[in-house]
Amino acid sequence: MLLIAAINWHSFFFLLFALVTCGFALGVLFSSNIVRMAFYLTIALGTTSGLFILAGAHFVGAMQLMIYVGGTLVLLIFGVMLTAHEGAVLMKTRAGDWVVAVIAGGSLLALLISAAVSIPTWRSNEVTPADLTADDSHSTSSVGLALIGVRTDIATEKDATLRRGLSGYLLAFEIVSVHLLVVLVGAAYLARAKQRLATTGDV
Amino acid sequence: MSEWINNLIPIAWEWPGFLLTAIIKAALLIHIPAVGALIFIWMERKISGRIQDRLGPTRVGGRFGWLQTLADGLKLVTKEDITPGKADVMLFRMAPYLSFAASFACLMALPVAAGWVAVRLNVAAFFLLAVLGLEVFGVILAGWASGSKWSLFGAMREAAQVVSYEVPIGLCVIVPVMICGTMDLVTIGDMQAGWFNNWLVLHDPFTFGIFWVYFTCATASVNRAPFDLAEAESELVAGFHTEYSGLRWSIFFMAEYGSMFIVSALAAILFFGGWHGPVPVTAIIHNMAIHSMGFEIGGTAPFWHFLANLLGCANLIFKATIGVTVMIWVRWTLPRLRIDQVITTCWKYCVPLSAFMFVGVLCWQTWWGLPSPNREIRGKIREGWVQQDESVPSGEVRADGSAAETQITYQAGTRNYEGSN
Repeated sequence: MLLIAAINWHSFFFLLFALVTCGFALGVLFSSNIVRMAFYLTIALGTTSGLFILAGAHFVGAMQLMIYVGGTLVLLIFGVMLTAHEGAVLMKTRAGDWVVAVIAGGSLLALLISAAVSIPTWRSNEVTPADLTADDSHSTSSVGLALIGVRTDIATEKDATLRRGLSGYLLAFEIVSVHLLVVLVGAAYLARAKQRLATTGDV
Repeated sequence: MSEWINNLIPIAWEWPGFLLTAIIKAALLIHIPAVGALIFIWMERKISGRIQDRLGPTRVGGRFGWLQTLADGLKLVTKEDITPGKADVMLFRMAPYLSFAASFACLMALPVAAGWVAVRLNVAAFFLLAVLGLEVFGVILAGWASGSKWSLFGAMREAAQVVSYEVPIGLCVIVPVMICGTMDLVTIGDMQAGWFNNWLVLHDPFTFGIFWVYFTCATASVNRAPFDLAEAESELVAGFHTEYSGLRWSIFFMAEYGSMFIVSALAAILFFGGWHGPVPVTAIIHNMAIHSMGFEIGGTAPFWHFLANLLGCANLIFKATIGVTVMIWVRWTLPRLRIDQVITTCWKYCVPLSAFMFVGVLCWQTWWGLPSPNREIRGKIREGWVQQDESVPSGEVRADGSAAETQITYQAGTRNYEGSN
């Protein structure tokens, strides 16, 4: 009982979610059935969103569920279901694929590890109360406002020169939006053009 | 709540409180899909019977057939659990639970009264939409894992439909979020306190219109008739769950009825005042407690607070039940659409309509400056941040928040996280 009382429950759930994520990520890697891979990926991405929510980033967690789990993965499963028939469900990886995957994944891992080690506060266990309160904002307003050009963190920045540099992200946001719109219109146009060609061909 | 439990326990451990809180909340929430399904299925039988000039169930449990669903449940439990020979056994078994888990996870973030919510999320409306969309996974996997083309086609119809209808539903939910300036469902509900003229559905003609678009899309997204192409039991003989029997099949149904309740409750919170009734009963109770029973204003009156919340909870469940009843009524009234008509309804009618209504709501107050029956409290509460005038000393917030060209500072930590731990 004392042992249970001594557990830091936040760390416990972090480890639990992290282990489930890693486990199912490995499942994706070692499974050869495409649909099962998609299912494992669903759980891995879902628990990643659990990690975000555990870290207090509710918006990012919900975003992860909405975009990756609800959007991308549904499309992925859709594609797999439409294309996978007998024989194509089992995927075989060639040796070349393994080499490329190990190089790409390994370099990313090395980058992430070096980045993680370079952050000084991550190397010690000491957490000051100030760090915690600053992170415990639970709100997305500042992100949203920054996207429409208002930086709420300007007031807390002491340095006047730095403050001038803190502009919003309105232009970047608009460029990305217009870019996405163009992609969507283009996709719709391509789909329709193909359909028109097919119908005229029949006549 | 966990702090309260921990105060009762003489030892200085935290975990019994957390564990008990989690168990109590989960136990309370599991009643919504389980008991809710019992009642709603009985209701569906009765209402469909009446609509078709029949009596509905009359034998089991007295004149009204109260226990008919329970008898059905017993039948389902005792049925043989069959797995098809060509099925992918693991996915076939997992799929119903995946559907149910998605439906159940939504309930975590769904408030039932002011502050009565398992996990109070700052982005509850968005979270609900995101998790509600995950239910389709169970359906797709069920269709694929059954190892039958018939089920696979059913699952594909459902996937196409649900993914399409997520777009207009998102646009509809944005409107109340935009008017209230927050995605926190508790705050959205509390902003509509008072008489029924504060309900957002009466905010302006566009919100009134967009409620109907929302309800149509919600009906479609939970696969209810006239949009139940995934199942279409009379024409297509149950799409994705053809191969399921017994308890697994009933889990799909519990998930469906749970989702019906969730989208109806979300409609009630977003458009119909949530736990604030047409008559401000909760406010009257508070006033009564303050004036006639000697409680001081601003003082704590836990019992009256609890009573007001209990009434609010009953109010919300009543409103959500009305929504479910309308869905049942529509199912037995309108003929089923074809799949291309379902998709056409979404992309050619619901999406443009909701986009038009969205722009209309945007213009109503900001551009045209037209009045609204709602009390003018909105625009002042903008979740964490408030507009702060330069002339006002720091820490003091201008009450009307109307300062035009002022600096915006971030003020964290005024919200209460009761029930979130």
